[in-house]
Amino acid sequence: MSVNLALLIVMGALYACGIYLILERSLTRVLLGLMLLANATNLLILATGGYAGLAPLYSKDIGAGDYNDPLPQALILTSIVISFAVTAFMLGIIYRTWVLARRDEIQDDVEDLRVAETPSFDAEDDAEIPAETSEFPLATVTAGGRELPAGQAAAEEKPGSNNVPPSPEGGGK
Amino acid sequence: MNIASFAPLAVVLPILGAALTFLLIRHSRAQRAVSIGLLSLTLLLECLLLAHVWDGGTVAVTIGGWLPPWGIVMVVDQFSSLMLVVSSAVSLAVLVYATGQGMADGDHDAPVSIFHPTYLILVAGVSNAFLSGDLFNLYVGFEILLTASYVLMTLGGTGPRIRAGVTYVVVSVVSSVLFLISIAMVYGATGTVTMADLALKLGELDTGTRTLLHVMLLVAFGIKAAVFPLSFWLPDSYPTAPAPVTAVFAGLLTKVGVYAMVRTETLLFPGDSLNTPLMIAALLTMVVGILGALAQSDIKRLLSFTLVSHIGYMVFGLAMSSVAGLSAAVFYVAHHITIQTSLFLVTGLVERRGGSSSVDRLGGLAKLSPLLALLFFIPGMNLAGIPPFSGFLGKVGLMQAGIELGTPLAYALVVGGVVTSLLTLLAVARVWNRAFWRRPSDAEHPDPVLLAVPEEDEASGRGGLLTAQRTRAATLMPRTMVGSTLGLVVLGVALTVFAGPLFGLSDRAADDMLDRTPYIHAVMGEDTVVPPVLPAAVTGNGGGQ
Repeated sequence: MSVNLALLIVMGALYACGIYLILERSLTRVLLGLMLLANATNLLILATGGYAGLAPLYSKDIGAGDYNDPLPQALILTSIVISFAVTAFMLGIIYRTWVLARRDEIQDDVEDLRVAETPSFDAEDDAEIPAETSEFPLATVTAGGRELPAGQAAAEEKPGSNNVPPSPEGGGK
Repeated sequence: MNIASFAPLAVVLPILGAALTFLLIRHSRAQRAVSIGLLSLTLLLECLLLAHVWDGGTVAVTIGGWLPPWGIVMVVDQFSSLMLVVSSAVSLAVLVYATGQGMADGDHDAPVSIFHPTYLILVAGVSNAFLSGDLFNLYVGFEILLTASYVLMTLGGTGPRIRAGVTYVVVSVVSSVLFLISIAMVYGATGTVTMADLALKLGELDTGTRTLLHVMLLVAFGIKAAVFPLSFWLPDSYPTAPAPVTAVFAGLLTKVGVYAMVRTETLLFPGDSLNTPLMIAALLTMVVGILGALAQSDIKRLLSFTLVSHIGYMVFGLAMSSVAGLSAAVFYVAHHITIQTSLFLVTGLVERRGGSSSVDRLGGLAKLSPLLALLFFIPGMNLAGIPPFSGFLGKVGLMQAGIELGTPLAYALVVGGVVTSLLTLLAVARVWNRAFWRRPSDAEHPDPVLLAVPEEDEASGRGGLLTAQRTRAATLMPRTMVGSTLGLVVLGVALTVFAGPLFGLSDRAADDMLDRTPYIHAVMGEDTVVPPVLPAAVTGNGGGQ
């Protein structure tokens, strides 16, 4: 009895291909990658059971060391069922992506892009002359060393003035 | 035959409920009654379990009569039963909130009817993970809750949810594969997957193999718990889900990862071999997470980043591996589940009332709905760690443990913790100032829902005013949704009021976990010899039994 080298080589190849595929942007390839990873792991669990042996059916004539270890096979069975469910779900999601976007690709997060494009200047927090937001406005505002009427100060903070970028929503580039 | 023998019912009851609600898929009222009723029953059972182990004592239940090294065991100790009670209380509140939302919006059709069975399966998975005394059964628990969470995440199948769901599914599957590989390797090295048996056998392995297994398990759990370098997926995927789903994910799913990390560190690999890297990861999680939160304008995304950030506190308490640190971490997990969930539920209400969850579009909510403002303010301050709330108490416990440890890294973490707490306050205050305090018209892009109110009230005149307001309130803020949110906020406050007994419980839990003897004896029998913790560990469990 010896270690099954062929199984180990297949396992290594499955892991390598699986990792390569899940790094792709196409969803179908990602799914194939996940399936390969799951199967490679099943082979790994099988390998941890030790050498191949006889079926674990009790008989007085067989020594304890000659049986195969049944536990890894039970674990593999569970893991196959789980990866089956995940694969079915992923197929559903991929089909839905295709229906919605007509593309088999993972898409960028809109909100992420928005935050990335938002200028670090924020009119309400960072303006030299704070925009008047209270319900009891002051008559005059002191800012930048000069004193000026509040209405005029507020006007300078309106979108479109020099201090504020065109759109606080981050659309402007 | 005592109450602890019924522990597996905590998993069986929700699964039974899932089957029943699936049968009742066309009768939404019966479906609601069954799911809420069975979840309440589960909560009651778990409260009895907690009462049973409150003063000490760990109970192991063997499933199907197979004895521990071969069969699957479920273990009830103080930590697992506390987690069960808090998680079920939170999931019950979220379930009531979700049914309230469903009733208010009047959608009786397909996607919502699938919600109840899936949600109950999620709860069963969480309970299974908390109770499991077997590494492979823990994996199965994780898979149950993850598969249910995939469905909940993509509920309705809209474009953004599918996009976020893909990221979430792929990351979760990869972390599960890693976990499975670790289990295979653990089995190859020791020939067992029962955690108590592993605690005895892992110590006999040579240091290299042990460290490899330890790192692999921690990385697998770290992805699920969203510890810093592995946390990128969370703020990307959580905010797009429906409000109650995000709330329950934020409260429970990452905490199951933290729970698994605690078990790995205390039971399987005691000692301090990886404490330094864990502490550095904790510091980075806290600081990087909260800096991310400051850049967000969407409240849900902001809260997702604070969620990542506050995982750092729990990892910090765990990495100290002292009774004080672990006890504070246990308390902090219970506090954080409640607070983070209630904040997400309130955000759901804000989104209904103000029409948006972006602080650029909100304003004046404090005046429009003082109750909503109160519901946000209390958990918000609690999250930021303002005295006297439980967030403050948990953080003080962590700081004390850190100073007690006294290493330079521990001091750095204490400072990092304080800074993170202050930055959390800044993030919460930003939301408060913008969404609640300023006038609606001052918002950069005020949402139409927000501005519609005063005009409509004036138009309806004196007589119609009250009725108009009532109908608006009924559609914008349904009573069940407000009530369940209020219940969770009250639970959060109760954690503050009863912090003394709770800290007593978490002290005993931490003591037992670091001692390991109660757990191993409960599973493997009273006459098992528990090996001493291998390297010179900083356990200091003076009051050990």
